Amino acid sequence: MKRKIFYVGKLKNAAHLLFYKHHIKPGVKGWELKKSLGPDYPKIVELLNNYLSPLNMEVKTVSEEGELPEKPTLDQLDKARFYVTIKGNLDQKEVKATGWRIDDISGLAVAVSHIISQGGKAPREEVEKLLREKLPEWRISQSIDRYIRGGYLIEDENGLLYLDWRSKAEINQKTLIDSLLEIKD
Amino acid sequence: MSSRDRKKAVEHLQGIIDLCNSIEAKGRDPFTVDVDEVISAIKKHLGDWKSFEELCLDAEAVDGLSSLIKLQSDWIKDRSTSLYRDPFLLGGIIKKAPNEKIAEVFLKAWHPIVELEQMSAEMLLLAMQYWKGLLPIDERWKKQENVSTPIGFISREELVRNKIISEKTFNTELNELWNELKQDAESGEIRYQDFIYADTFIETIKRAYLTSFLITYGYATLKFHESENEIYIQPIKAPKGKLDSKIQSISIPISISMDDWRKSRKGVIKN
Repeated sequence: MKRKIFYVGKLKNAAHLLFYKHHIKPGVKGWELKKSLGPDYPKIVELLNNYLSPLNMEVKTVSEEGELPEKPTLDQLDKARFYVTIKGNLDQKEVKATGWRIDDISGLAVAVSHIISQGGKAPREEVEKLLREKLPEWRISQSIDRYIRGGYLIEDENGLLYLDWRSKAEINQKTLIDSLLEIKD
Repeated sequence: MSSRDRKKAVEHLQGIIDLCNSIEAKGRDPFTVDVDEVISAIKKHLGDWKSFEELCLDAEAVDGLSSLIKLQSDWIKDRSTSLYRDPFLLGGIIKKAPNEKIAEVFLKAWHPIVELEQMSAEMLLLAMQYWKGLLPIDERWKKQENVSTPIGFISREELVRNKIISEKTFNTELNELWNELKQDAESGEIRYQDFIYADTFIETIKRAYLTSFLITYGYATLKFHESENEIYIQPIKAPKGKLDSKIQSISIPISISMDDWRKSRKGVIKN
């Protein structure tokens, strides 16, 4: 019984840490979870994941240094960032609740998929040229700036765009590219 | 090589550097450059370079080319991953597909982060309590006024008691030590350690410090007895300078350790 109470407390603590925004970026680093939940925090995160699954949510672990292996080490987990994301897909009705316009989403899809197809970086002017095909001129620069502010894209001093932390956390790149290629005329 | 040809060759090298830099900066296809051709162009001019600037330019061109080869290697690696799809094919699909369809596809791959920015009643209560206890900004940032105290007098005894000044002046102390040295060195000299070692280690350090001034001002001199491997100090009965004029110009470091002092005082004092 005591053990159960102990884990319920830890689960509550983990949920608060993961859901509430503590820094500019959402989510928490592994070492922060370790500090609050103890060294067996991966087990608590796994338990929380089981609770969140029926609610269409999951805890996602993203490494800022590259892709995490299937079985990451504790050290890799400590350095990674943990987020709660929507597990399944959102339908168009649910998307309206997120505050995104359909044009903004398709613009982001075009920018992200072009960058992926170019090996992870693409000149801003190329992305702008692609967006110009479907969006009015006055919205193109505005949209890219919004994606940059949101943490989806990052621009370097040479005007090259890369995928930023939020794209890595929220977008399944393989699914996106495969789904795009499946679009029929 | 004529100056005209040299100028042309330098321009060619600069062109190679600019090309490599632009491909790296703009993320363009690195295979558009024929590496073999560029290498032979660099090789062709290598023997002609004479000045430091020309050689630097040559090194920069080689460096640019090596970066380009690395880009080519990364390019191949990227194409071998499961994520690689032909950008032209993808571009064509994106151009043809309506916005709604692209958004629909994106939603299959998009799993937005869930985050809360909610204020609880407890937090509001805590914040209110903090606000109540917070002093107005004028009071918190009030400038510290200069505190003035009336002018008073302090006696010499009080200054000595508070260890602000010494009871004796420095020169008096030096004079006393010199007289002591003259008395102790009956045979004309005394072993340095025998002279400076006192009952306390602090006093020993103080004597060593004052002795160094006696030597510097020419009131004593050091002698090294090779047979004993010992340093002796000899008072100079008729010094040339005054007690504040520098005569000795060579620095001789002599270490004084607490262990040595303890050993020498064994039997003389109890630690």
